[in-house]
Amino acid sequence: MSADFLYTIEVILNGLMAGVMYSLVALGFVLIFKASGIFNYAQGVMALFAALTLVGIQTGQIPFSHLINAIFGTNIHHFGWQVPTLLAIALTIGVMVVFAILVERYILHHLVNQEPIILFMATIGLAYFMEGFGDIMWGSDIKTLDVGLPSGGSLWLEEYTLGWAAEGEQYYGMYLDKLDMVASLVAIVLVVSLTIFSQYTTTGRALRAVADDHQAALSVGISLRTIWVIVWSIAGFVALVAGIMWGAKSGVQFSLSLIALKALPVLMLGGFTSIPGAIIGGLIIGVGEKLFEYAIGPLIGGATENWFAYVLALMFLVFRPQGLFGEKIIERV
Amino acid sequence: MKFTKLATVALTTLAVSAPVVADLVFPSLSYRTGPYAAGGAPYADGYADYFTLLNERDGGIGGVLTAVPECETGYNTAKGVECYEATKGDGALAYQPLSTGITYQLIPKTMADDIPLMTQGYGRTSGANGKVFSHVFNFPANYWSGASRIINRIMEENGGTINDRNIALVYHNSGYGKEPIPTLEALATKHGFNLTLIPVDHPGQEQKSQWLQIRRERPDNIILYGWGVMNQVALKEAANIRYPMDQMFGIWWSGTENDALEGMGSHGYKAATFHNVGSDYPVYKDIQKFVVDAGLTAGDGSNVGTVLYNRGMYSAMLAAAGAANAQEIHGVKDITSGMMRDGLEALNVTNEFMAAAGMPKFGPEFSVSCSNHGGPGNVGIQQWDGNSREWKLVGDFEAPDMEVISALIKADSEAYAAENNITPRDC
Repeated sequence: MSADFLYTIEVILNGLMAGVMYSLVALGFVLIFKASGIFNYAQGVMALFAALTLVGIQTGQIPFSHLINAIFGTNIHHFGWQVPTLLAIALTIGVMVVFAILVERYILHHLVNQEPIILFMATIGLAYFMEGFGDIMWGSDIKTLDVGLPSGGSLWLEEYTLGWAAEGEQYYGMYLDKLDMVASLVAIVLVVSLTIFSQYTTTGRALRAVADDHQAALSVGISLRTIWVIVWSIAGFVALVAGIMWGAKSGVQFSLSLIALKALPVLMLGGFTSIPGAIIGGLIIGVGEKLFEYAIGPLIGGATENWFAYVLALMFLVFRPQGLFGEKIIERV
Repeated sequence: MKFTKLATVALTTLAVSAPVVADLVFPSLSYRTGPYAAGGAPYADGYADYFTLLNERDGGIGGVLTAVPECETGYNTAKGVECYEATKGDGALAYQPLSTGITYQLIPKTMADDIPLMTQGYGRTSGANGKVFSHVFNFPANYWSGASRIINRIMEENGGTINDRNIALVYHNSGYGKEPIPTLEALATKHGFNLTLIPVDHPGQEQKSQWLQIRRERPDNIILYGWGVMNQVALKEAANIRYPMDQMFGIWWSGTENDALEGMGSHGYKAATFHNVGSDYPVYKDIQKFVVDAGLTAGDGSNVGTVLYNRGMYSAMLAAAGAANAQEIHGVKDITSGMMRDGLEALNVTNEFMAAAGMPKFGPEFSVSCSNHGGPGNVGIQQWDGNSREWKLVGDFEAPDMEVISALIKADSEAYAAENNITPRDC
């Protein structure tokens, strides 16, 4: 095989895996939109907050230590212990559940039956609040996330594929990041679990009923408050998974909240209400932007990925305004 | 009860809106929030702590206390300009915005308001031409001197020749990241190396395409001009593809403890620097005694001695030196921003001066003149030691290729003068 062909395959595979990483973020948006009709602007910040909390708990950091030190003149930062990774993850999930309860009690509860734009604005406020709250709680320094995930290219794959190129061609073997491979597996498990939960469980059906019509769901005895707590808790869990995967790449820092920007074209393409759509949309965006950067990028100065993802999503929207898997809205006069 | 409440509100309002009472005001356009907070916070800490040290140890500068009112920019250019407008009326003597974007916006404003704009290691490189940019001071080094010093270092490591060598510039796709391109292109023509430009869009969280390209093309050297998360991801991806880290060079904004987050993964990575590393200097004993132990640190004290804290402190020291110079030149203690400008233009930083400031050999020797606001641009090289997890200075502060840089500075500043109807000063 020619090296160029193999490099193209490499770009496609890496694009697919990058797409899975985008999908992990998009999933959180879909869950909340599907269940409550809210476009949750705070999803990216939730990923940051969850990852900050995980590292903080894992490393025994004292929450609000900067504030405590500033007020009381103390100099405390750590409890002096390390929490095992699994326990830290469980505790972080607990924090995200508490967060979901607070969001429901102090924000959503007061906005039942309001226009979607009002709910959207509320999540913008929530995002800014959480950015500051996360900083005060855990500090703004960059934190290393170590939950035992592998990193680096797969040596086995590189060596195995080294001889695939035609003789005399410069080829260094196929490169795939082990972290991306793990992320793909995790995403598959998540999507399958969430789809089963949404389609085949009583709670899942209740979630969809609430999404269709708040008042109708209430009239048949579904507790809106419970459903919202459940869905925000699940979105918090998905945010934690996304935070772990992205945080393992770059360290846990404010920029994690910006990964939401990568999820938007995925949502436009895959639809806001489909869990499989988030995955397929992510894969298309990932492969599309990577291939475009590989083939066209060098001709036009590079750095095309950020804008090309949106161009790709818009191209799909021309033909399917509701996204690939979104529900078609039919309004009859 | 009502009266008490009203009095409290009135007093609070007065306290918040009252002008700064200290005489020597150095506003800090800091960013402790947002995507670049991890870089902005330690710099702001170092900047503020040095002035606190002067107040506590020396009673200020020339007996006049200093004040460093902070204004949060979030590394946002619009907010930076707002901060400038909000604080300049408090008697601001000089601004150091720690942002190339904000710097570009403030250049015409500071010239109109007669306030010096100090941009140590960032900003508009051609600001070094004092004839055109009367209020910009970008000593002791700039983006172009950094790029040239890196190329010189690569030449040193390769027997003095880099003809046909492949060098890639991985840069933040912004005004800052694009700054070294003209210099590197001129140097590529001069020395015969092949330059590949690889931009990374803000914020740089995802760089897979760029590093797959690097893995395919295998450049002999990589030069990194990044900031924020772009640096951590770039170094992580470089380690992932097993790029030889000692062949990779960053500019000083890509050479901090934050950037080498991977520890051993970044072992051997080098970066240009215009100041020394670590905290083994007499000034740190004073900072510990008068600032940290006294509970007066701007942050929590954990950043003391880190690269960015050092840079903030060094920048504050240079501003303070300019103020002291101005007091001496004009024979008054309560200087104005115009006098401060004169003080900076007459700055002469010698090894003796640095030793007296408690920072022996911390930075290069340099002097400023009416025509040269950038100094000789001497730059050192530091290297990350993954074992001890610290930076070490491995290359002395040496001059860049001024033959190339001077011509570029002249051309760019003259173009700016022509565009803005500025008559260059005769000096």
